[in-house]
Amino acid sequence: MKRPLKRSNAPIFWALFGAGGMLSALFGPMLVFITGLAIPLGLLLPADTLSYSRVLAFVQHWIGKGFVFAVIALFLWHAAHRIFHSLHDIGIHAGVGAKLLCYGLALVGTVIAGYTLLAIGF
Amino acid sequence: MNKRRPYVRPMDGWWRKNPYFVEYMIHEATALFVAAYAAVLLIGLLRLAQGEAAWTAWLATLQGGWAILFHLLALVAISYHTYTWFKIMPRTMPPVIVGGKKLAGWVITAGGLAAAAAASLALLALVWGMAR
Repeated sequence: MKRPLKRSNAPIFWALFGAGGMLSALFGPMLVFITGLAIPLGLLLPADTLSYSRVLAFVQHWIGKGFVFAVIALFLWHAAHRIFHSLHDIGIHAGVGAKLLCYGLALVGTVIAGYTLLAIGF
Repeated sequence: MNKRRPYVRPMDGWWRKNPYFVEYMIHEATALFVAAYAAVLLIGLLRLAQGEAAWTAWLATLQGGWAILFHLLALVAISYHTYTWFKIMPRTMPPVIVGGKKLAGWVITAGGLAAAAAASLALLALVWGMAR
């Protein structure tokens, strides 16, 4: 076979998987604790920690915007890659459709997050 | 014409027979919680963009029993993800050579877990500092 090697798109998905895996490993548990347990249950942090004005100001700053975007997008890409590759393990033949569904959902989430963050403004 | 029907070994529940693969399936399944939590945050972001009333309503839904239960499970699952992420890191990253010798696996795992602990404390301190 003299055909040139086809370039694989796997490294892109793997890089997104790795970045999301690292970000969720470093910050995931504490983020879940803060937004999902500490604040709703009134533990440890002041009740108005996530008040509208405070969160809006955080998300309007470019650092806050970048952090929220990275967390949502990379968590989604990490999970999409892992779920896609686990389909085979649970006996589902993972074809093009499954790939489009997994990565497509991550892409849709990424676009919605990016658009909303830009719409919120600076 | 007869169709050839070769014997295909059934693979149902293959991973349940070996504790190594049971662990593997559990750590792969943590991705479901990572995805669900990202979806929760995405909904929160959309509610934030809709204004103060929508944001406050979203905060109120987080206080519901199912939301608390979900976040408890997510905390366990994603903490387990943190542990396994760094546990397998010696095998998923290229070998690190320090002083002509390959860095031991446990050093990479311990370093990763220490980084996660530091990142978690820094995040908590930052949120605490901003809220005061």
